[in-house]
Amino acid sequence: MSEAFVPKLLGRSDYAIIGAIVEPKARVLDLGCGEGELLAWLAENKRVDARGVEIEGSKVRQAISRGVSVFHSDIEDALADLPDQAFDYVILSQTLQESRAPLKVLREMLRVGRQAIVAFPNFGHWSVRLAHLFTGRAPKTKLFPHDWFDSPNIHFFTVDDFEGLVQLQHWTVEKRIFLQGARQVTLLPNLFAEVAVFLVRSS
Amino acid sequence: MITETQIVQFDSVALDCGSTLSPVDVAYETYGELNTRRNNAILILHAFTGDAHAAGTDKINGVAGWWDSMIGPGKGFDTDKYFVICSNILGGCRGSSGPASINPETGCPYAMSFPPVTIPDMVRLQKMLVNHLGIERLLAVAGGSMGAMQALEWAVAYPDAVAASIPIAGTARHSPQQIAFNEVGRQAIMADVDWNEGDYYGKRPPARGLAVARMVGHITYMSDASMREKFGRRLRDRDQFEVESYLRYRGNQFVDRFDANSYIYITKAMDYFDLTAGRPSLSAAFDGVKSRFLVISFSSDWLYPSYQSLDVVRALRGRNCDVAYCDLPSTYGHDAFLVNVSEQTELVRGFLASTFRERS
Repeated sequence: MSEAFVPKLLGRSDYAIIGAIVEPKARVLDLGCGEGELLAWLAENKRVDARGVEIEGSKVRQAISRGVSVFHSDIEDALADLPDQAFDYVILSQTLQESRAPLKVLREMLRVGRQAIVAFPNFGHWSVRLAHLFTGRAPKTKLFPHDWFDSPNIHFFTVDDFEGLVQLQHWTVEKRIFLQGARQVTLLPNLFAEVAVFLVRSS
Repeated sequence: MITETQIVQFDSVALDCGSTLSPVDVAYETYGELNTRRNNAILILHAFTGDAHAAGTDKINGVAGWWDSMIGPGKGFDTDKYFVICSNILGGCRGSSGPASINPETGCPYAMSFPPVTIPDMVRLQKMLVNHLGIERLLAVAGGSMGAMQALEWAVAYPDAVAASIPIAGTARHSPQQIAFNEVGRQAIMADVDWNEGDYYGKRPPARGLAVARMVGHITYMSDASMREKFGRRLRDRDQFEVESYLRYRGNQFVDRFDANSYIYITKAMDYFDLTAGRPSLSAAFDGVKSRFLVISFSSDWLYPSYQSLDVVRALRGRNCDVAYCDLPSTYGHDAFLVNVSEQTELVRGFLASTFRERS
């Protein structure tokens, strides 16, 4: 298994990958941007035109007070307003599994942006498979730490599931990066990746 | 911070109605220092019955400015960093030209012969003041309620003269409900025999009508929750509800500082304001804007409901404008923009700092 260490950005390895992907001075939209840490970093270090969407009011306030232009809204409503190809990158980090209509969100991301950066926890990771197999219960692991009854996650999917959807939609994967902790995984990502980051464009 | 309202007179201002007002006075105050690059100026836009005295303590009567909690050293609009301007609107009665001003042709107050004024007219005169103060481009324009309408108009009318716009608890156009409340206020004034077709200067003013108009206004500025909290069903003087005496007090107090004809002119200007007029959509109004926006609404505001701010935000996003939007939780109704200081301070401070860093 060939491995490369990924230094963390703002305490997160997926942010480091996203930070490396985004080109300087790009137009970036971060969906579910939280308190805007990633956008503020990109604005400062990559001089990007940074915009965010966040549903939680207290996080919106934090983000705006950080100087990031954030729209207080849920993701689906927020995308519908925007014109086609308004952004170079539309980022969705650790949120696709929480959205009601993942395909609709992805399609909208690719309408609004030239490219989509999607990071998600891999439901195919061996620890999840083992937890399910041996406990016979909804898996509760480091990656999916919630009890089934109070989990924000409503769609569970694996690296291979995502690849399958990309194929079905005739999208193109520009980059795919798989992480286990702070290490990059190349071998059997569907089994060994905890987190996947895909850079996708529409054709 | 001790402040004093100043007045500047311009030769004339052209109005949307086709006539020209000449001469025209503008009352204004400034706080803080204009920097050498002249890029730290912020224009504060007051609401319906506000005035130029936005911050500090008035030199003469010791009264605090209407947004003193937001403007001053270390506050949201930080006068240690920014040069803050506030002027009384055209058509007002607090130092700027309005119906109570003397018509130089007759030597008498204009009264109802004062030309009808619009929100764009008010903004045009503000632009003249800003230029008079030696400022080409404002860092920001900001205001609540009718001030929000002016903040939007500024961004649309003078895209090159404003880096950021902060409309708070406002709208791009009045709803029928807002027009209806304004009409009740106007009719209350006009039903007062002392109104006398607007010709009451030097005689008894239509104090009862104006007080009733203000009472209605105050109800719309509060919320069911804030009124329950503030008054409940408590009685005063045996059989008077506290809310009744409060409204009467506010109504009577208002009569001493506000002109009934100004009430009529300004409410009309608000009602006619419509950024979509003559355009296919609200988004089309924002085609040429260059500023960024911070739009704020309040959850319990039923006079300028959050959906009106959201309409503005959606239209701006439709043109891919740089817009931040937050719906702040509050129980204070429309008054929230004057009351919910800490949340607004947090938003405004960060937004201004990044605008100053990136766009000034």
